[in-house]
Amino acid sequence: MPSLGTDMEAGTLVEWLVQPGNHVKRGDIIAVVETEKGIIDIEVFETGVVEQLLVQPGAKVPVGTVLATLSTVGAPAAATVGVVAAAGSARAADGAGSQSQPSHAAPPPQAPPPIAQPSVPTTGKPQRISPLARKLAAELAIDLSTVHGTGPDGTINRTDVERATVARQATPQAPVPPAAAVVPPPAPEPQAAMRRAIAAAMARSNREIPHYYVQTRIDMSRALRWLEAENQKRSIKERLLPAVLLLKAVARALGDVPELNGYWIDDRHQPQEAVHIGFAIALRQGGLIAPAIHHVDLKSLDELMEALRDVIPRVRGGRLRSSEMTDATITVTNLGDLGVETVYGVIYPPQVALVGFGKIMEQPWAEHGMLGIRPVLTATLAADHRATDGRRGAQFLDALNRYLQEVATL
Amino acid sequence: MTEVQLKETIFKVLGQIAPEADLSTLGPDENVRETLDIDSFDHLNFLVGLNEELGVELPEGDYGQLTTLADIISYLSARLR
Repeated sequence: MPSLGTDMEAGTLVEWLVQPGNHVKRGDIIAVVETEKGIIDIEVFETGVVEQLLVQPGAKVPVGTVLATLSTVGAPAAATVGVVAAAGSARAADGAGSQSQPSHAAPPPQAPPPIAQPSVPTTGKPQRISPLARKLAAELAIDLSTVHGTGPDGTINRTDVERATVARQATPQAPVPPAAAVVPPPAPEPQAAMRRAIAAAMARSNREIPHYYVQTRIDMSRALRWLEAENQKRSIKERLLPAVLLLKAVARALGDVPELNGYWIDDRHQPQEAVHIGFAIALRQGGLIAPAIHHVDLKSLDELMEALRDVIPRVRGGRLRSSEMTDATITVTNLGDLGVETVYGVIYPPQVALVGFGKIMEQPWAEHGMLGIRPVLTATLAADHRATDGRRGAQFLDALNRYLQEVATL
Repeated sequence: MTEVQLKETIFKVLGQIAPEADLSTLGPDENVRETLDIDSFDHLNFLVGLNEELGVELPEGDYGQLTTLADIISYLSARLR
């Protein structure tokens, strides 16, 4: 069961879309899972052949539970790589090359046979841990000090974390996220569940992340003039919304200040190369979801508009893909539709920044010793002070402003 | 198309965009977007829906004339004659 966000503790398997023996490739949707944030399509993140489905539809299982096993194409004959639903856990290939049957092959909840905990390394040297292993361990709440590294120099790699997850699953006393250990209360209202999920993530953010804020007012007259002229040329279906300009400008500005795009995991700043913007979308019945718009920096304005057209109805209809739930490297929240002038955001962990936009409103604007009236947008950056300082934040807003003055080049 | 039919068409499109909204409570002079909590994306979808149903062009410059139900009905009926 992949972690579809820091606030997720368990999910219910709704249905399998594959059968044992099916060939799947990375990105294929293989299962449907229900979470507090709605129905999510689970993408597989390795190419291979489905071997065994381990969880039955209708079962609610904690994050980290192995859902299925997958044998990867081109792997050494005997090696069986455990699956892997999205960022989920996996049974590791047995180093000895034997096709060892995993102890959890039977559905895990029924009195799993006790197996030994991985031995705790006691070397005096600092433990080397691969970045991917670190991220996975953070997502699955695995204590890395209990993981035995099998990589070069004892480095803990992804496989080791996955193996530790399996061990935890099979060991009743193993540490698991609190809510996963207890019998869930009778099915809560979906809204109440989402409220609790948001509460958990935001409380963690305010507890752990030392936020700093920088803010600037941006003259939007050039951008809006360009947009108006552009939209006049277009049929109603092809019209662009100002939000698209804002998303693209944020992505460009992140190119100038890449430190704001990424994560803070395990006391370490991990900037990401790909720019996947979580775009906060409010649900009318309450709550919000910020699905990742992938590769915003590489998309044209039309492609971005198309991406919004694709994702927003799926947010409202509760049908997102797992990658959209997990991939965001920064969040943008745009409350401009309401009368709000300024948004002081709370960062979504483990991200390190959030950009808030208020309403574009006419305001007095002094320039060249003259006072005029301009459409003005207030942009606020909330950033993690562990990862960056105010100066970099200011440079980001400066770049953002610059890109919004030349939207034709976006 | 009569005003009643026009209102039915508008409600049909609104119903697709905000299925959970109780349209019967929407007064003729209320701001549709504010009352039904429709954001800019759904507002655009609403206008696209009207355009598809009625074939009326809705230039961006006229959005200001499409605030309330009464406004929308009078704007559309003037262009459907």
